[in-house]
Order: sequence, then C-alpha cells, then structure tokens
Amino acid sequence: MHEVGIMESAIEAVLAEARGHDATRVHNIVLRVGALSGVEPDALRLAFDAAVKGTPAAGSRLDIESVPARGRCPDCDLEFDVDSDFIFTCPKCARISGELVQGRELELARIEMS
Amino acid sequence: MSPPLQAPPAPSGARATRTVELRLSLLECNDRQAVANRRRFRELGMVALNLVSSPGSGKTTLLERTLSEFGAATRCAAVVGDLATDNDARRLGRSGFPVAQITTGSACHLDAGMVARAVDGLDLAGARVLFIENVGNLVCPASFDLGEKVRVVLLSAAEGEDKPLKYPPIFKSAHVVLLTKIDVAGVLGFDLEAAAENVRRIAPQARLIRLSARTGDGIKEWYDLLGSLVTKGEG
Repeated sequence: MHEVGIMESAIEAVLAEARGHDATRVHNIVLRVGALSGVEPDALRLAFDAAVKGTPAAGSRLDIESVPARGRCPDCDLEFDVDSDFIFTCPKCARISGELVQGRELELARIEMS
Repeated sequence: MSPPLQAPPAPSGARATRTVELRLSLLECNDRQAVANRRRFRELGMVALNLVSSPGSGKTTLLERTLSEFGAATRCAAVVGDLATDNDARRLGRSGFPVAQITTGSACHLDAGMVARAVDGLDLAGARVLFIENVGNLVCPASFDLGEKVRVVLLSAAEGEDKPLKYPPIFKSAHVVLLTKIDVAGVLGFDLEAAAENVRRIAPQARLIRLSARTGDGIKEWYDLLGSLVTKGEG
C-alpha cells in the first residue's frame, strides 16, 4: 500500500501549487497513472479522502486518467498498444521485446482551483 | 430578442476558477534523491544493485554466499531493508563488510532517501559493489528508483512459474532475473523451463541466470556478471 504515501505527496504538491497561485480552494485534481506504474488507481482513490481532509482540497474531485502501455519493436520500429498481459509482442513481426514507450507514468496532470 | 448572456461580474474578493497544467511526477522527491544517490555511488567507484523479490526467495542467503566468495577478492557493502528486526544485517555482517539495516516500520519498500541515510552511516572506502536488499515485495519496489545501476529480481523454485506474468511491472523493470533455489526445483515440481520462458516473455531485456545459493550451482555466472559490472564501472 505505497499508494497512501504517493497520494500524500500528490496532495502536498497540489496545495503548494494552490498557494503559489493564491488559490483558496481546489475543485478538481487530475492524475495520470500508467498501466505499468505499479500503482493501483483504486488504492489511490481510497487514500484520497484522508489525504485532503481539512485542507483547501477537501471536497475536490479526483480524476485518474489511465495511460495504457505502449511498446516499440526494436526490429520494425513499430509502436503498438500492449494487451493487458503486458507481453510486448510486435503485431507485425511477432518479436517479443521489452521496450516501453509509455505506461510508467505517475503524474499530477492538472488541477482546477479558485 | 433576449440580451446576450453575460457572466455576472465576480464579487470582489472572489477568484475565478482556473485550471493549471502541471505534469509533475508524483515520485519527484524520490527520483531526485535517486539521481543524487546514483551520482554518489559513481563517484565512489561503486556499482549498486537493487535486489527485489517476494519474501523468502533467497535474497539474504544469496548475499551471504556472495559476500563470502565474490567478496574474497572484491570489497562489498550491503544495505538491507525489512519491516522489523536486524536479523538480515547480522547475517550479512558476519562477512566483516559494512552492512546497514533499514527497518521500514510498516513501509512496504525502500525509497531513495532511506538508502541515502543508511549509506551515510557506512564506511564505504574501497567498496566496489553495494548490494541493496529491498523489502520482500514484488509490487511496491517497482515504483521506487533507489539510484541503483542494476535491478535484480529473484524468482525462487518455491514460487509459481507464472509469477512474471502476474507481476509485470517489477519484471519489466529488471536488468537481471535470477531463478533461485534450482536445487529443489525437482522435488517441488517447479518447471524451470516454463519459468524461464515466462521471464523471457515479460522481461526479454533481462539477463537470466539460474542458480542455487545452497549448492553453488550456476553461481559462477552470477559472480562473472558482478565482476564485469565492476570492470565496466572502472572504464
């Protein structure tokens, strides 16, 4: 359950941004979470309420944008979506590779505040 | 015709709602410390390896033997993480090398800051290899860069052959995968070929070594790899 710590640091960053923009309320927080980030969106949601409690972000909406895994074939240079089994099989030449183009993202994408 | 709709003027003191694009890494703090660790290890001329696996896959036993045999010619150091006890540090400390225990309390993984603080307390003069034994866990350590040069994931013959398929993030991030406890594979009905094939499918980038830290089977290949990492570090 490292999601608790990750959510706490996300909210810290959100509150720092809000202060920097002279905002007193945060309405919406958007995270981007890659399929191979090792972080579980449901666990992030569980940690969210406790992390925002008593802060200017209390009552805000959490949105989590999933970033699917994409691979690149080192032979064909083709970029392709990876199935949920995470075996990076090139759809053109069937070569299995480990090259990841996206899917490890773990970002605070944007916030809405006033 | 009705007049065009207009937003009412904001009452004084109220602020307009605005959206700010940030794209900040949630692991920014850890990643920054990992970069600092990596630089420090390089300046010390030391290769750092992060050993990750389920609990009980043989990390400590492998390190005990490695410190005694590989360590005979190459000075090593170790940092070992567990939720509680310093049992592992005491086991590895018998080697005479600098060893630090990190007890994480309830944290399920090591982070770069914990490693930096643990290393601060060690005399690393002359050490060429730093082994970082992570908390036994195949999930959370995948997200945390510790500043290591090489990530080593262990899978023992006492586990399921399909573990790589079940835990893709950690295996995807591995430079090296060690199939351990191969001496008991037969008695446990563990299919080494199936396990190796699963590693190759999920982690084709990883170097795969089969070994037993108890019998010493395959362990030379591990030492050769460590030796080549040390030599490369000198280049």
